[in-house]
Amino acid sequence: MTVFGYRLPGMSSLLIWGLLWEVVGQLDLTFFIPALSEVISTLFTVIQTSAFQVALAETAYAFLAGVFFAIVIGIPIGILMGKNRLIDEMLLPWVNVFLSAPLTALVPVLMVLFGFGMKSIIITTTLFAIWIIILNARAGVKQINRSLVEMARSFGASPVDAFTKIYFWAALPEILGGVRIGVIRAVKGVIIGQLLISIVGFGALFELYSANFLMSHFWAVLIVLFALAFTISEFLAYLERRVSYYAAKR
Amino acid sequence: MAMSQIKPALVAVPGSDIAVSTRNITKFYGYVEALRDLSLEFPRGQLTSLLGPSGCGKTTLLKIIGGLLEPTSGEVEVNGQTVTGPGPDRAFVFQDFALLPWASVMRNVAFGLEMRGVGRSEREDIAARYIKEVGLAGFEKAYPHQLSGGMRQRVGLARALSVDAQVLLMDEPFSAVDEQTRRKFQEDLLSLVQNENKTFIFVTHSIEEAVYVSDQIAILLPRPSRVSEIIRPSNFREKGVDNIRRDPEYLDIVDQIWSSLRSYVE
Ligand SMILES: Nc1ncnc2c1ncn2[C@@H]1O[C@H](COP(=O)(O)OP(=O)(O)O)[C@@H](O)[C@H]1O
Ligand SMILES: [Mg+2]
Repeated sequence: MTVFGYRLPGMSSLLIWGLLWEVVGQLDLTFFIPALSEVISTLFTVIQTSAFQVALAETAYAFLAGVFFAIVIGIPIGILMGKNRLIDEMLLPWVNVFLSAPLTALVPVLMVLFGFGMKSIIITTTLFAIWIIILNARAGVKQINRSLVEMARSFGASPVDAFTKIYFWAALPEILGGVRIGVIRAVKGVIIGQLLISIVGFGALFELYSANFLMSHFWAVLIVLFALAFTISEFLAYLERRVSYYAAKR
Repeated sequence: MAMSQIKPALVAVPGSDIAVSTRNITKFYGYVEALRDLSLEFPRGQLTSLLGPSGCGKTTLLKIIGGLLEPTSGEVEVNGQTVTGPGPDRAFVFQDFALLPWASVMRNVAFGLEMRGVGRSEREDIAARYIKEVGLAGFEKAYPHQLSGGMRQRVGLARALSVDAQVLLMDEPFSAVDEQTRRKFQEDLLSLVQNENKTFIFVTHSIEEAVYVSDQIAILLPRPSRVSEIIRPSNFREKGVDNIRRDPEYLDIVDQIWSSLRSYVE
């Protein structure tokens, strides 16, 4: 952004939106929007409460477990689909259906199947993240240079070698792209899961705040969540750039 | 014309110094018959070119010898052993180099040894030696995208040399590099054939290139492909790399090959 010929640092437009928020809050138009300064001072008290820390720990646990399963199951399935016609034809329709399905509607079913606890939230998170990870790993393998595979084979590579030393790396730029989008979806999954189940993590916290009309608490926690999601996504984008040097040259 | 039929050494010990032989190879891709009943022998320690127009099945034949493709019928023998798949006795140099873009020159050159289970320090010692031999010393840590086409193919060549296979299979290795680099490559290839006791099978669609580098030229005709002629240039090789292209025999052979191929072009 440039103002009067000066280049402003990235995200300085946030300052303007923050200012607007502060003004609207100070005008006391609605109890729903407290002033930003109030929200931020609440933020610092909120993050010191044990309720918040427990919620954060539970969420982090569910998120990490969900993402972990999505990655370690999704990447090999995607690579297998890219390598094998038969497996691809068996699974691709399902992957596409689940990718575009409104997974939120599945959460109540999961609760019935797996109970009102952590397990359902982890599975929800995995279900949100895994499909795009599979599709991207598959796309990465599909575009692999055939002669790399032949090269490895001609030097006596075992199938495991080919998998770990050729397919995985050749598909890595796409895989990381899939993981980044998958992780962003996993943030949605873990929050939606908690909101619907609402007795653990931030679900419980939001329930508490909204029942007591603690709006600035509510906003403070939202800001923390948004910032966390953004940081994770930026970190993965950074990893993606690290491998982009060969992405264009395969 | 000054072309020997068969070298005396070959007559003296028939069969015993044939490194690779293909017997009655037929290859169908679906309904497309790429090779028909192709038989050919490759003398040990020599360079044999497979020469023919695009699409006549040169790559197919090379991949069958390499064990990367199965023939529909017929068989390949390397040192008297029937080929059933890729093996340590053969190494490939690829037309498009087939380098790992995410790996350094060192790792790429050592990759063949890595696949064969050679320990890291040992394989890097060997790779370093061949990197130097192909003239890439100092580029060990570079990545393929930082190298020119010619340098990339040197990496591919060093990788094939470092596994020390007896048979080198080269699929149009110089077709993706510029003309000057290609001439340098051809000279280097000649000294490689002289110094390494290896059997080279070299695919090309360039008549001049084939005549320049080959001890034996097999001319393949288009689909279904079979060997139409085998030519063994004999005299000009000893006259030194600078004189080959001016040698009357060299020019005669180029002309002769062109006249047998021209009817198949267009
Ligand atoms: N995988 C394949 N499937 C079907 N046809 C193929 C395949 N590979 C090669 N061919 C056909 O076989 C013929 C010989 O191909 P190739 O060996 O690549 O020829 P060259 O290397 O001499 O140009 C060509 O007509 C080509 O179209
Ligand atoms: Mg070819």
